[in-house]
Amino acid sequence: MCGAPVQTLDLEGIDVAKESIVQGTVVRDGSPVPGAYVRLLDSSGEFTAEVKTSATGAFRFFAAPGVWTLRTLVPGGSVDTETKAVLGEVVELTVSV
Amino acid sequence: MSRADVLVDADWAEAHLSDPKVVFVEVDEDVSAYDTGHLAGAVRLDWKTELQDQVRRDFVNKEQFEELLSQKGIGNDDTVVLYGGNNNWFAAYAYWYFKLYGHADVKLLDGGRKKWELDGRALTTDVQPRDKTSYKAQDQDLSIRAFRDETVAAIGNKNLVDVRSPDEFSGKLLAPAHLPQEQSQRAGHIPTALNVPWSKAANDDGTFKSDEELRALYAGVGLDSSKPTIAYCRIGERSSHTWFALHELLGEKDVKNYDGSWTEYGSLVGVPVEKDV
Repeated sequence: MCGAPVQTLDLEGIDVAKESIVQGTVVRDGSPVPGAYVRLLDSSGEFTAEVKTSATGAFRFFAAPGVWTLRTLVPGGSVDTETKAVLGEVVELTVSV
Repeated sequence: MSRADVLVDADWAEAHLSDPKVVFVEVDEDVSAYDTGHLAGAVRLDWKTELQDQVRRDFVNKEQFEELLSQKGIGNDDTVVLYGGNNNWFAAYAYWYFKLYGHADVKLLDGGRKKWELDGRALTTDVQPRDKTSYKAQDQDLSIRAFRDETVAAIGNKNLVDVRSPDEFSGKLLAPAHLPQEQSQRAGHIPTALNVPWSKAANDDGTFKSDEELRALYAGVGLDSSKPTIAYCRIGERSSHTWFALHELLGEKDVKNYDGSWTEYGSLVGVPVEKDV
């Protein structure tokens, strides 16, 4: 499978030690935004992956260690967020749109 | 063939939602997306359970494809407009698949679900069954489908275009970055392959880049238009997207999609593999 599974922040069943996870929630005025498109861009700005936020605004990437940009698309605009992924750690982000 | 023959925009789609000769077909990896809302009148196609043989690793045969399309209410003379999520990966895969079985008039909705949703256009949960047809398919057009032996023989002879992300190409990752990296096959790429991620052919909203941008993209990485081209990815859907750009939009003559892609190639015994990390 190449497509994104349903997005959740639940880590059950995931061997976190082997992954470099970047995950979080897209919010507007403090409320979760479902159906936003979150794109993972590498340090050169190249597209790597994209997911659509869940009903609770959640997204998750299994990245490689390093610096990444999240580009969040919603109707009418987009927001870029810089982050760093670390092996064995879960980076938690809140993206406001 | 021109862009207008194979690609329609959302305005065109909206104007043709009630056109009886146009069938909108949604193809997603996440087949539940259709249930949450789809284009009015659209039918759903499941790429995994309906387009794949459920025992052998291969496509459904011609008779099964005929039965499938007949059940879906798709006729030979219908205009089929495919769209879906994942920047149309699976819709492009279905487009290529419809071409493989010789459907006359098939098009992609530019931008797929994402563009439609970001535009704030209407989706419905109503399902409108279509009358059964008697669909007749052609034999597979193998001029657009590459198998493993041809792909191995293409090393150093034909253009090989690996459309996965740079980290999958280098061998750093085995799958797209939104999936757990738990595969067991070898990482890397086919020697001599150019890495042109599918995403370079698309804008942020999922629409295809212009013909001029696409030509500059492939010329810029050294794709030799005088030679045949084989595109591959991990399971053959992202490479369908690039096959569409090269063959359908740019009109390159000899372009094949290697649907076995890296899940097959990276598990073959004895074939050459390049790994950069």
